[in-house]
Amino acid sequence: MATTYTLIDKTEVGSGGTSSITFTSIPTTYTDLLVKLSLRGNDNSRVATWINITFNGSSSNRSWKRVYGTGSAALSESDTTMRLGSVNANASTSNTFGNAELYIPNYLSSNYKSASGDGVAETNATATQLDLNANLWSNTAAINEITFAPGDGTGWLQYSSAYLYGIKNS
Amino acid sequence: MAATYEPIATTTLGSSQSSVTFSSISGSYTDLIAVFNGSNDGTTQYFLQVGNGSIDTGSNYSTTVLDGNGSSAASGRYTNDTVGIRADYYATGGGNKKMSIFQLNNYSNSTTYKTVLVRSALPATEVVATVGLWRSTSAINIVRFTCTSGYYETGSTFTLYGIKAA
Repeated sequence: MATTYTLIDKTEVGSGGTSSITFTSIPTTYTDLLVKLSLRGNDNSRVATWINITFNGSSSNRSWKRVYGTGSAALSESDTTMRLGSVNANASTSNTFGNAELYIPNYLSSNYKSASGDGVAETNATATQLDLNANLWSNTAAINEITFAPGDGTGWLQYSSAYLYGIKNS
Repeated sequence: MAATYEPIATTTLGSSQSSVTFSSISGSYTDLIAVFNGSNDGTTQYFLQVGNGSIDTGSNYSTTVLDGNGSSAASGRYTNDTVGIRADYYATGGGNKKMSIFQLNNYSNSTTYKTVLVRSALPATEVVATVGLWRSTSAINIVRFTCTSGYYETGSTFTLYGIKAA
């Protein structure tokens, strides 16, 4: 039987950091995409930062909802962007990186693109965040590029990483 | 390297259907992943039913839901349910591109009741995490995506993957 779940590309951030992580020229040989991220943003004033998501460089026709827990409350909000919850920023506990994951089914489809993701910014403090996210890109184009940029600060710190996997349904 | 994540079956709807069933599922995997992406044509909720040999429609399901609708968070609890394991919280209309990932861990054992984790993204209406329980010690060898009313629309996709621990 065919094997699926194949590593397509990876980024491991080196010294000096990077302003964003982008996967380009994503092949059309898979059914779904899965991205696994370990990130720490460079904003020294915040414990956590958004991961802003862009498909094909487009910042239009996007919507997003999340439900999240802070350690003391469960809340929900929405916006006309796409986000993957929160990961650690540079005011959080040292050496701590936030984990996140994004699943994009039918990324080649001519339908609008849904994406589901989770993120966490764990730190040794009272307030932190766990996020569950729903994203929609109301565009019929196949996804060939994905960018992850921090919502606060100017980039991702060294030792951040992102792995892009392709999943085939046959 | 041994293959550990394998496609078992997939369906893309050529016309609207009220349910999609995958049967005769091999017990040779450790866990199952079921992925739905599509939409419904009416105001409906959708579910995953399971069984051994045939779909169980008895009151053997329970689900705990955590939901966010964009302005508030909510949690719901369903016990002795017959509809299956719930993937959403609100009944939503058509045209809402939805996706759900169901994780059926240790699905083929014949000793324990079966727990299912679900993450659903309905970007126009809600984001949902659920945990479901099927109170049966039977191995799961059949699953059915279903909904309360209406249909899954043309183009909706349903895929089942198997994961091997070794």
